[in-house]
Amino acid sequence: MSEDLTAARDLLRFATAGSVDDGKSTLVGRLLYDTKSVLADQIEAVQRASVDKGLATPDLSLLVDGLRAEREQGITIDVAYRYFGTPKREFVLADTPGHVQYTRNTVTGASTAELAVLLVDARNGVVEQTRRHAAVLALLRVPRLVLAINKIDLVDFDEGVVRAIEKDFDELARSLGFAADAVVTIPVSALDGDNVVERSARTPWYEGPTLLGHLESVPVTGPEVDAPFRMPVQYVIRPRTADRPDLHDYRGYAGQVAAGTVAPGDEVVVLPSGVRTTVAAVETADGPLASATAGRSVTVLLTDDIDISRGDVLASAAEPPRVTDELDATLCWLAEKPLRPGARLLLKHGTRTTQVIVGAVGERLSLDSEVPTWDQAPEELGINDIAHASLRTADPLPVDAYADIRATGSFLLIDPPTGGTLAAGLVGTPLAVAG
Amino acid sequence: MTATLPVTRASALDALEALESEAIHVFREVAGEFDRPVILFSGGKDSTVLVHLAVKAFAPAPVPFPLLHVDTGHNYPEVIDFRDRLVERLGLRLVVAHVQDWIDDGRLTERPDGTRNPLQTVPLLDTINEHRFDAVFGGGRRDEERARAKERIMSLRDAFGRWDPRKQRPELWNLYNGRHAPGEHVRVFPISNWTELDVWRYIKREGIELPSIYFAHEREVFRRDGMWLAEGPWGGPRGGEELVRKSVRYRTVGDGSCTGAIESTATTLDEVIAEVMASRLTERGATRADDRLSEAAMEDRKREGYF
Repeated sequence: MSEDLTAARDLLRFATAGSVDDGKSTLVGRLLYDTKSVLADQIEAVQRASVDKGLATPDLSLLVDGLRAEREQGITIDVAYRYFGTPKREFVLADTPGHVQYTRNTVTGASTAELAVLLVDARNGVVEQTRRHAAVLALLRVPRLVLAINKIDLVDFDEGVVRAIEKDFDELARSLGFAADAVVTIPVSALDGDNVVERSARTPWYEGPTLLGHLESVPVTGPEVDAPFRMPVQYVIRPRTADRPDLHDYRGYAGQVAAGTVAPGDEVVVLPSGVRTTVAAVETADGPLASATAGRSVTVLLTDDIDISRGDVLASAAEPPRVTDELDATLCWLAEKPLRPGARLLLKHGTRTTQVIVGAVGERLSLDSEVPTWDQAPEELGINDIAHASLRTADPLPVDAYADIRATGSFLLIDPPTGGTLAAGLVGTPLAVAG
Repeated sequence: MTATLPVTRASALDALEALESEAIHVFREVAGEFDRPVILFSGGKDSTVLVHLAVKAFAPAPVPFPLLHVDTGHNYPEVIDFRDRLVERLGLRLVVAHVQDWIDDGRLTERPDGTRNPLQTVPLLDTINEHRFDAVFGGGRRDEERARAKERIMSLRDAFGRWDPRKQRPELWNLYNGRHAPGEHVRVFPISNWTELDVWRYIKREGIELPSIYFAHEREVFRRDGMWLAEGPWGGPRGGEELVRKSVRYRTVGDGSCTGAIESTATTLDEVIAEVMASRLTERGATRADDRLSEAAMEDRKREGYF
């Protein structure tokens, strides 16, 4: 084996979206199968189950349907996570089902994705479901999109069909705010494998990458890396053990860098208190770091002894977030229980949970027309609704617009009696389309 | 302060660093929001990695919660020895729930097939209640099994310890909602997004010690249900089953009655990793009889409150 077994590869988190009829399960099965991520006992299990169901050929979608209820009903209930790797990169795939509660599932899958693969059936092109998924992906600010035009074998590998769908989708993507270079179109046949992992001889007119080739080469660094520094404090590390008197005065602020970079000597501000101080050291258990970028879990030591606890945010002193107890936000309502104006809920932002009162509910996103629009304010919000709302929090929060920094621009709304998650919240109006 | 150590590089994260940072973030969230967390510890590779990550999450302070071992009594002496040395070295507190105690006082009955793997659920839930643990870390990974592919990183269990897949909360960004009512608890899986290969690569990169049974050694084994089982108090070999001496190693550590060894000559980490990469069987499919019971074996056990 020539591969260096511990060699550094990077990690791409991506999501798939599309309705069941577009062949998404087959595409995911194909990716797993052709990258040799499906092992013999898993394939045998699928073959056994396919025979039991009286099917002539193995149903690859059984590889991805996890729960008994799903297999029995032939549907997918929930986001499922898949893992595969190539010598170049490791992949975490959030596989989001198309039909049932698509908003809830797409929002969940998209929230951690650096790229989304959106499937359409070459025979149908861009349909209502495509527009809905694309709007949710745009709202969640997934940085990159792949439009996978599937079942090209059923349109005789016709370039004209593919180009027409590509043009339709490009118009939609532009209207949703995606930059031209953020969207790539790839014609595939998931069933036969064309352009998924292996380049197809049947699409000589297509010069772009295969799906896997694109996934392997697309940059993985998200927009968070170039943003100003943000780090919610998770935990204060104070050893105070008898056997380490040298650590008696140690006070480290543990957290995961949410945006930007932090380095010793940086001037930072502690929020919401507004106290300014300087970074003395950035540490991990492996020792001090020259700097740490978004995504890394670190412990930050400061030059001044100040009162900081879980829930506070360390931020760039030069470009701090706004501290406010009044939020204009976009809510993705995920619960059966409806939202009525005036509701008193809990809000979790970063590492702080505080009480919140939902004031007015504003316009609701309509995905029924050709282009998404913001419609007049509803009386209440129901499951899968996306709408603007104004909120007032009990404690001031350091927030950024979600469009600028995802980590400090996002929050959860939680139901106090049950503890259930009611909504995904985005600060500001990340989806700017005609109102 | 550790200021005398060399400054390490600070470029973008590679896959293992990203997974490590994610796991450390999860440990710190739980330490910040829960009163009585505990780490489930079997001595297996996944729970050993969990403990390593917990140590890194809170260094230079000690890990702020204990370990819990549900001991089926069907152990490998090497693993118990490893467990006790690890606890001693790290100065951790260890709680042991002996399945035998539950059998002795009649709360559980030995199964006719001798396996004690399914018997672990009741002692686990009883011990969680007795100690009022509110967050229970496990080494489960989503790549292990398809019911686990839908598991959350933070997963709510009701007062009976049951998992209801339809009632799981959506998990958005890295904002975990661990709110729970008294009597309920949360199962937490910090290495959800790791694959078996990631675990092995990380063990190599970090130089983590493992029980010796993970590496090839000579052992008396007998064949049952297509697996190599070791002789032990769980019974066997039975009529027709013959003890033979083989070079084997274990891919998972579980109850001795249902955890099989694989034939192997891999004595070093590099050889083990090469073997894992070339394997055509998943670790559970290859060596865990408990997962072969039915298509939904894991889903059913999870619903009852299993790990």
